Amino acid sequence: MTIIEERTRTYGYTDLPALMGLMTGDEKHGPAATSTLDVLWVLYDRVLRVGPERADDPGRDRFLLSKGHGPMAYYAVLAARGFVPVDWLPGFGSYDSPLGHHPDRVLVPGAEIGSGSLGHGLPIAVGTALGLRAQGLDEPRVWTLIGDAELDEGSNHEAIAFAGPAGLERLHTVVVDNSSASWARPGGIAARFEAAGWSALTVDGRDHEALYAAFTAPHPGRPHAVVARVEPKNA
Amino acid sequence: MRDRFAPVVTRLLDEDPRVAVVLAEIGVDGFAEARHRHPDRVVNVGIREQLLVGAAAGMALTGLRPVVHTFASFLVERPFEQVKLDLGHQGVGAVLVSAAASFDWPAGGYTHMAPGDVALLDTLDGWTVHVPGHPDEAETLLRHAVAAGDDKVYVRLSLQSNTRARPVDGERLRTVREGRSGVVVAVGPVLDAVLDATEGLDVTVLYATTVRPFDAAGLRRATAAAGTDVVLVEPYLAGTSTAAANDALADVPHRVLGLGVGRAELRRYGRIDEHVAAHGLDARSLRARIGGFVGAGGVVPAGG
Repeated sequence: MTIIEERTRTYGYTDLPALMGLMTGDEKHGPAATSTLDVLWVLYDRVLRVGPERADDPGRDRFLLSKGHGPMAYYAVLAARGFVPVDWLPGFGSYDSPLGHHPDRVLVPGAEIGSGSLGHGLPIAVGTALGLRAQGLDEPRVWTLIGDAELDEGSNHEAIAFAGPAGLERLHTVVVDNSSASWARPGGIAARFEAAGWSALTVDGRDHEALYAAFTAPHPGRPHAVVARVEPKNA
Repeated sequence: MRDRFAPVVTRLLDEDPRVAVVLAEIGVDGFAEARHRHPDRVVNVGIREQLLVGAAAGMALTGLRPVVHTFASFLVERPFEQVKLDLGHQGVGAVLVSAAASFDWPAGGYTHMAPGDVALLDTLDGWTVHVPGHPDEAETLLRHAVAAGDDKVYVRLSLQSNTRARPVDGERLRTVREGRSGVVVAVGPVLDAVLDATEGLDVTVLYATTVRPFDAAGLRRATAAAGTDVVLVEPYLAGTSTAAANDALADVPHRVLGLGVGRAELRRYGRIDEHVAAHGLDARSLRARIGGFVGAGGVVPAGG
């Protein structure tokens, strides 16, 4: 058993609120404090073939956090999985901390991209999938996480409209939908992916089994989108 | 010189498995054969320029060396934030190769003109900028750019060209003529006009095909014999390299005149030569402006 495995075992899902509390000073974070927490946990716990010991492995899966706002849940998960030392968390946002209010891939171990400006992750994920394919790396899967309001950015639609017809099977997008877009139609998110030829599923973004089933559903020949619905941001 | 782009990069695709080409419809025909041979390394994303740069960045993150091409307006200006963040902030490199330059297609109007491309890149850190003035130089500089590790490199191709190629090394200013009463730096395709314009003037003419990083040491060396009156003639926005020249001469008294494409939108169509003249970049206009700046002392009596 490696130290990493021991660390993984040490920090479980129920520890995430306390890890987030180290960043915010608030001990009482429930899972609802951040829309992305459950999606991130299920991905890192059960889906992504990544780990600190294979950070430079060309065959690792790639997870690109596009929605860089509110990254506490992301840092908590990275700490729980052994990418980031837990003692980095209290410095969150300070001048000497690698952990900013938007992540920087150059500073954060395990972060595949820096984000903050919305609408950059999915196009970069498309290129990552293309680059892996061009090098014959057929195993790694590429994931990106975007928000429902982030989907307002037109750059996403350039990527969605290309990736479907291009048949980028290794590409996956999870849209965390907390109804924060000012202009939206019911079912509109999945419909836009489907219209571009993606496989798309909509599930309860707090239900770990439903998330896992959606994340691992087969989608031969097409990229895959999962819309993870959580409680509305302003409810 | 754009006709060299696809053949040169096609050879590089054959030679180096790291090289990939990313296009947004513009220039696709030139890569038809290469795409057949390397279907996964020649990618056309359609008319999607944010994706063009973003996808190139993603490819670079996996270890490839992307060569990205479209008109300058749609390569640097439209997806500027992708250039800034997806390449610069992510810490990855690419070779951006533009066509159409400042006004290569005057009949196309202002939408297809990008005189501000180099100035825009100047707001970012770590870019190398090549401005070849002849197809042979373009070929050399394209190879240089692709071979430059994971650097961020911009290659500005233009239909405007000098009549003959000069040796270029991807770094330094090249002395074309030596004088004692001023230094004129001609960038890329303006060299022929500058040589015509300075015929009979006692000035040094330096030829620049790599403008970033700016060869400050080369300029300083030239001013040792020719004095510190410096004229920059650039085929893009006037004054783009004025700050670089000032910085190179910061510790000595000097004067810098920056000539190039004007900021004002002409709202004219027509031909390239008409736009060259309208911006005062034809030999006759340049002679008046350069001559006026370096002063009567710089004129050899027999000159015009």
